[in-house]
Parts: sequence; structure tokens; C-alpha cells
Amino acid sequence: MSGDIAKAFARAKARGEGALVAYAMAGDPDLARSVDVFTALVEGGADIVEVGVAFSDPIADGPVIQGASERALKAGSTLKRVLEEVVPEVRRRCPETPLVIMTYVNVIMAMGEERFAKLARERGVSGAILPDLPPEESGSLRATFDAAGVDLIPLCAPTTPRARAEAIAKDARGFVYCVSVAGVTGMRAELPPDLSQRLDLVRNASPVPVVAGFGISSADQARTLSAHADGVVVGSAIVRAAHADGPQAAKALCAEIKRGLKR
Amino acid sequence: MNTETAAGRFGRFGGRYVPETLVPALMELEEAYAAARADPTFDAEVARVLREFVGRPTTLTPARRLTEAWGGAHVWLKREDLAHTGAHKINNTVGQVLLALRMGKKRIIAETGAGQHGVATATACALFGLPCEVYMGALDVERQALNVFRMRALGAVVRPVESGSRTLKDAMNEAMRTWVSQVSDTHYVIGSAAGPHPYPTVVRDFQAIIGKELRTQAQAAFGKLPDAIVACVGGGSNAIGVLHPFIGDASVRLIGVEAGGHGLDSGQHGASLTLGSEGVLHGSRSLVLQDGDGQIQEAHSISAGLDYPGVGPELAHLAKTGRMEVRTATDDEALAAFYEVARMEGILPALETSHAFARGRELARELGVGRYLVINCSGRGDKDVATISARGVPPAVGVKA
Repeated sequence: MSGDIAKAFARAKARGEGALVAYAMAGDPDLARSVDVFTALVEGGADIVEVGVAFSDPIADGPVIQGASERALKAGSTLKRVLEEVVPEVRRRCPETPLVIMTYVNVIMAMGEERFAKLARERGVSGAILPDLPPEESGSLRATFDAAGVDLIPLCAPTTPRARAEAIAKDARGFVYCVSVAGVTGMRAELPPDLSQRLDLVRNASPVPVVAGFGISSADQARTLSAHADGVVVGSAIVRAAHADGPQAAKALCAEIKRGLKR
Repeated sequence: MNTETAAGRFGRFGGRYVPETLVPALMELEEAYAAARADPTFDAEVARVLREFVGRPTTLTPARRLTEAWGGAHVWLKREDLAHTGAHKINNTVGQVLLALRMGKKRIIAETGAGQHGVATATACALFGLPCEVYMGALDVERQALNVFRMRALGAVVRPVESGSRTLKDAMNEAMRTWVSQVSDTHYVIGSAAGPHPYPTVVRDFQAIIGKELRTQAQAAFGKLPDAIVACVGGGSNAIGVLHPFIGDASVRLIGVEAGGHGLDSGQHGASLTLGSEGVLHGSRSLVLQDGDGQIQEAHSISAGLDYPGVGPELAHLAKTGRMEVRTATDDEALAAFYEVARMEGILPALETSHAFARGRELARELGVGRYLVINCSGRGDKDVATISARGVPPAVGVKA
């Protein structure tokens, strides 16, 4: 356990707020300017920042993040460059905010699990989210990450049976990422009615904080969910705002959602 | 003989690398498939449809003129081009759609490259009355107009995919994304012996009918097992289907032929067994064409069915362990083989299949006179006539124009 993530949730809780986990794509529109986007997320109130690393075949992502991945790859984004050019600069500007890498397992495999874990920790990365690596496949990778002090954050889905969801939660590192809808990333007008029950179940079983993600884009949605979760993840809505109107728009969106998370 | 070393693993390859939302569905499929296989009525139903509707068994044809021209082993052809819809793909779609019905699924989705798997899925869905949606790269929609029409005629909806390289790999991405959002009532019919566990096993088992028939037919035709069997390899469903029943027969050489595209040095090919490295694509660990940063590269082949940067995990294992030999054939070699087979044997093979034929002469000569070489004639070439004729037709033989 890196501990940084737990502290960030604790700080939000002490302020009487749910945590905002904010996602943006490294390298969109290019590596240097994406640093400004990540900084803006923190200025807007993000408690944890997810640093997206582009993959050519993002099967868990909807059109908005697919588009960002394509732009980032065109701009020359790679995991190595993100760890060398983006992560250290964001850490320098926002030293308090834990950074979590979100990418697909093939990108990590290509670098090498050990090499990634070591480099990530050295550069100040606290955790990683790999949406195509379910628990059955994650054993050796997680042991490597544990040894380096990088949290492998698990995901739990609406289709996950109860006992499996509890097992995932009990064994979690960092936080549990509860996927709110059966589907890919992207904004949804409505979230499933049984989401709050699902969050309560996972939260009861989990020793670490639980957040809801996928589909969340408004302060109202954040307010509703914050009664049942320790925080929310916002991704596509931020990526779209940053792409259309730049870092200040992403900052404003974070501030707006953060208002919904005040208890 | 089974090369599965653990559930869903073939040596280092295989597994289930998918979003958590899909894991329960894959577990459900694995259980339902095991239950179906344990139920003799299921196998009987699959066999009945293959016999009455698909036209199995497909024949084993002696290729007399090729044998003579090549001057080596006796050449025989396993005629999957004669199966209904014109390729081996129907063997798998019939099995999977029957499985989906057994599981109570209400609709079917599929991905397709050249359109053969899409047509075979649409056909099985029409036969059993299930709605069908086929995801197809927008580029493939443009270049495979005949098969797009066939799917629509059969009542399927063809959904062009505009992302990425707009080909098979992107169609598979989109089909998986769709499945994630509709997983409770939908079965995803994967066409290749690839994808997350249990798909590589399910597809292989349904396609193994090719090799099982061949065992019996070879004994009847020439009194022994073949000395070598050759098949083209894209994702690898026809190859694993014809080769798998012979893995335990040490006397039988197993040979896969990959797409050499514009040549292995050109960087434009589909040779993932020959030049790929270990990686995860579309839910399983296998050999893939990728750059040093783990980004999947675009494949190239004149045949849309071999235009894929990955390969099924069991074939990767068979290649890595040396049980299967791997060769390649370029676009030009495949085209030359297409005309050679057309004019020597009266068969228009698919461009995919033409890759296997392209290595036929050298294999027949290596084996030598008196030996037996079987080429898996995986599909017919009607779908490819636009691609092939665009390059001009060689003059007729023996007749003045």
C-alpha cells in the first residue's frame, strides 16, 4: 500500500466531502499541454488524479476516450514518455495529489511489469487501474506492484455476483472502482436504480474507500452517489470539456462536481 | 490429445483479459458449454444441422493435376469451400447459435473481416430465428460489398465501424464494447479461435469436425493418415480445426501459412506467429504485431480474413513449442496460387486459402513422391473476385482469344 491514496480520501472526508477522482488523457492534445489539464483538475478540487495512458485498442472505452486515445497516440504519447515528461511535472505542481495510471494491460506488459512498477514508484505514481485485467489474471502483476508500493486498484461491475464482489472488495488495494453501468466509459443521463445498493454491499465488505465511476458527469449525480460511496470518478465529461474548451473548462467542471460532493 | 495446460491456458497463452463486466458472462458461457458437451442431445443436434443444412461431411478431393505439376507428394484437398455459405465458418456459427439458444439468449452479435463469418452467423440466425447484428470495419464494408449484401439479405444488421484502422480488429473492439452493454440477453459469436476463454476452446471444438472427418476420409482414400496437413492462418479457426485432431500423431506434419503481405521486410503483413511478440489483444495473451510501447500495429494482407494483427492462443502455443511449422506467403504468391488452382483443379479458392496453396509446391516436393499432403481448402473465392479481377486476368489457356 502506498498510503497516499488513503490520506487523500481521509482529507476529503475531514472536510466533509466525497472525494473526486478526476481522469484526463495524457498526451491530449499533446504531452506538455496535458500537464496543464491535470493541474487544472487539481485546482478545480480533484482529490486524486487518474492519468490515462493511451492504448490502440481500448475495449472498455466509449467514443470520447477513444477519440482522446487516438489524439494522444498521434501526439506521440507512450507510457515511458508519460512517466518521464508528464508525471514528474504534475507531481511538482501538485505534490499533495496522488496520481493513478489508467491504461490497458498490454501497455504495462510491453514495458515489463517490474520495470513499470519501479519507474512508476520512483516518479511518484501511487496506483494503477487496468480495466482489462480481472482478478484471475492479476496475481503475479499485483505481487510485483505490492513489492514496489504501487496499488493495483480493482474494478467491480454491475454484473459481478455478490460473493465475487465481496471477495474483490476484501482484497482491494487503494480503493475499489465500482463500475456504475454495464457498458463502456462515457456520460449517461441516468444511472441504474440499484447502483446505491450495489455500492453499499461493496462498501460493507471493503477495508478501503469505494468510488463509483462510468457515466458520471454532473453535480446532481455526484450528490446522489456520495451517500453510498466515498467518492466518484469523472472521466469522459472532463476529457470532452478539456478537448473542446481547454484546461479552464475542465477545472470548472471539477469545481461543479465537487460542489455536489459536499455533504 | 489436449494442449490446454490449465483452464483456458495453452502454455503461456490464452486467459481471460476482459473488463470485469464480461467475466461473469464468460463464466456462464464456460459452464453452459461444458453442460452442453456433456449432453448427448446437444452433440446430436449439432451433427444433424451440419449434415442436413451445412452439407457435411465435406469431401476429400484428389488434386491430380497439381500433384503431377508439382512433382512430389500426392495432393488432396479437404473441401470446406463446399460447406454451405462457402467456407468453414458455418461449422462454428451453427454450434454457437445452438448454444446461445440453449442459454436462453435473445439476440446475437458478431464481428467480421471479409464477411464470411458475418454471413455464416447471419445464416445460422436466420435458420434459428434470432436477431443478428454484425460489426464490420468501414473499410471492409466498402471492399466486401457482396458479403454485406448477403448479410442484409439474410436479415442481419451490418454496423460499419469507423474507429481505428476501420478493419477486423476494430470491428472486434466494437463488438466487445457492445457486448459489455448488452451482456445479459446477448451472445457474442466470435468467429476465430481467439478472444477470451472459453472462446478459443469453443471455436476449436466446433471447427475440429474438419480434422475428424479428414482422419476417417484419409484412411478410406489412401489407407493412412496424411504425412502433412497445411492450412492458412489468420486468427486461425480453419487451421486449428483441421490440425487439432492430429496433434498427437507425431508422423503428421502440421503447417500453418501466414499472410506475408507485401513481404516480411515491408512491415506490411499479417505474420503474427512469425514476427509477433507476446501481448494481450481482444481478451487473450498470444503473439501479436505491436510496437515497443505495446500499441497494436495494423496488419496488411490482400485477403481481409488474414488482415489481423493477432492469432489464436492455441496456435501460438503450437508454433512456440514447434509442433506446428509456420511459413508465410505474400500477396503476389497468393494471387498466383489462386489462378494455378483455378486452372489446374477447377476450383476458385478464397484468397485466404490461396496462401496455403502458395506453399503447396515446395511442401509436396519436400515430402516427396509417394507421400500424402492435404491442403485445407477453407473457403471459396467468389467473395474475392472484385479484388482479384481489379488486377487484371491472365490470358486463357489452350484457346485463342
